Amino acid sequence: MMRALTPLAILGRSTLSLMAAIGRVALYAVQAVSHLLRPPFYPREFLWQLLHIGWLSLPVVGLTALFTGGALALQIYAGGARFNAEAVVPQIVAIGIVRELGPVLGGLMVAGRVAAAIAAEIGTMKVTEQIDALVTLSTNPLKYLTVPRILAATLSLPVLVAVGDAIGIFGGYLVSTTRLGFNEAAYLQNTADFLEPWDVTSGLIKGAVFGFLVALMGCYHGMNSGRGAQGVGRATTNAVVSASILILAANYLLTELFFTA
Amino acid sequence: MIRLDDVHKAFGSKQVLRGLTLDVAAGESCVIIGGSGTGKSVCLKCILGLVRPDRGTITVDGQDVTTGDRDAFLARFGMLFQGGALFDSLPVWQNVAFRLLRGSQKRPRPEAREIAIEKLRRVGLTPDVADLYPSELSGGMQKRVGLARAIAAAPEIIFFDEPTTGLDPIMAGVINDLIREIVTEMGATAVTITHDMSSVRAIADKVAMLHDGKIRWHGPVSQIDTAADPYLRQFVTGSAVGPIAALR
Repeated sequence: MMRALTPLAILGRSTLSLMAAIGRVALYAVQAVSHLLRPPFYPREFLWQLLHIGWLSLPVVGLTALFTGGALALQIYAGGARFNAEAVVPQIVAIGIVRELGPVLGGLMVAGRVAAAIAAEIGTMKVTEQIDALVTLSTNPLKYLTVPRILAATLSLPVLVAVGDAIGIFGGYLVSTTRLGFNEAAYLQNTADFLEPWDVTSGLIKGAVFGFLVALMGCYHGMNSGRGAQGVGRATTNAVVSASILILAANYLLTELFFTA
Repeated sequence: MIRLDDVHKAFGSKQVLRGLTLDVAAGESCVIIGGSGTGKSVCLKCILGLVRPDRGTITVDGQDVTTGDRDAFLARFGMLFQGGALFDSLPVWQNVAFRLLRGSQKRPRPEAREIAIEKLRRVGLTPDVADLYPSELSGGMQKRVGLARAIAAAPEIIFFDEPTTGLDPIMAGVINDLIREIVTEMGATAVTITHDMSSVRAIADKVAMLHDGKIRWHGPVSQIDTAADPYLRQFVTGSAVGPIAALR
């Protein structure tokens, strides 16, 4: 009888532990958001994070968008040829990039770069007692470390997505006009005519949500890092994995909300 | 005065403090000694509110440390951490002047920098160190910067967590002398935790020995060599034979 119940007990324990983890993350997120609006504020820290999270992520987001736009054009051209619809390449590249691939791939690339860096930095600070030192110096670590990072990521990701969108469309344009024989002016005209403001705006909103999630996961796992190099390593991995999964889940939910409601 | 009364603290199933009771008088330099893992650092963290005790009370000048204005409370303290705990992303002078650049004790940046350089000078470091980053300093220099940061805002109470760990004997002697001089000159209350008996002799007015989560012996530093307590004797002489198990 007891043996038969073991899988149920394992399932129950796992479910409870998952729920507890979700609760802890939600509580941490609520605390962080509540501190966004209450002084003291640390503008220098915020600007520094804006530089690190936003500006320094530009190359990786730009390159990802460029190659994705190019590959997308090739795929749509090849797929469209099956039913004589090669001409839709500019429109599908544009909509695919601005609605989905720009924000999602941008978010995932930033998750890899930024969530890992935040978790490693804060985790190391915890292990080396720098977080305790902050407290003894009358500074709330949540305000000083978490809030500037969350704010910087939430504000900079939409900008990165916008730049990524432009580069991605340019990648598609470059491949279509040089390899697939599209006319330059017609390609740009088709793209501009087809895109609607909401296509772009929805992608930027997604970017802001993904930025929030990336910084939240980096900070949460860093603050809860275990001891030693192994603890920091685990925190870094958990930050990237959880941020990536949350981005994909949030992307689905936002797409449902924006385009099927 | 700092008063710990029957303080208990456990981490999971590991009971670290088991009824710790200790008084540290104002202006006194108290050194807490004891083996590794006996709860010395936890004791300091409980006083600062970094760790919440499971039971017991801690008061500073009669005020419970868990009540009242937290910022005003912490502004009375300075702390030198075991590994220095300097902020890697900030240059040395901003580490030292951290408290003076933000919060209730905020000063203009040039003034904060000047104070930082003066404190660095006080701990024997030249002004050219001010613009270096912590990773560019040796272990001894990092301890000195940590010490400068601990005293930068002229605290009434200073905690030193293993101030000489990882230093060579000469640098350890320099740090011990600095701590003694600074504490005397500032008239601060000091609590130091250490395993290093040379630190104890250099820094302490009073010594408290922590063993098994409680204060085992408490008395003036002048009595540590003559006290009859077998636990203290074993610790002071560094003998492997005695009531304290060598393997813990």
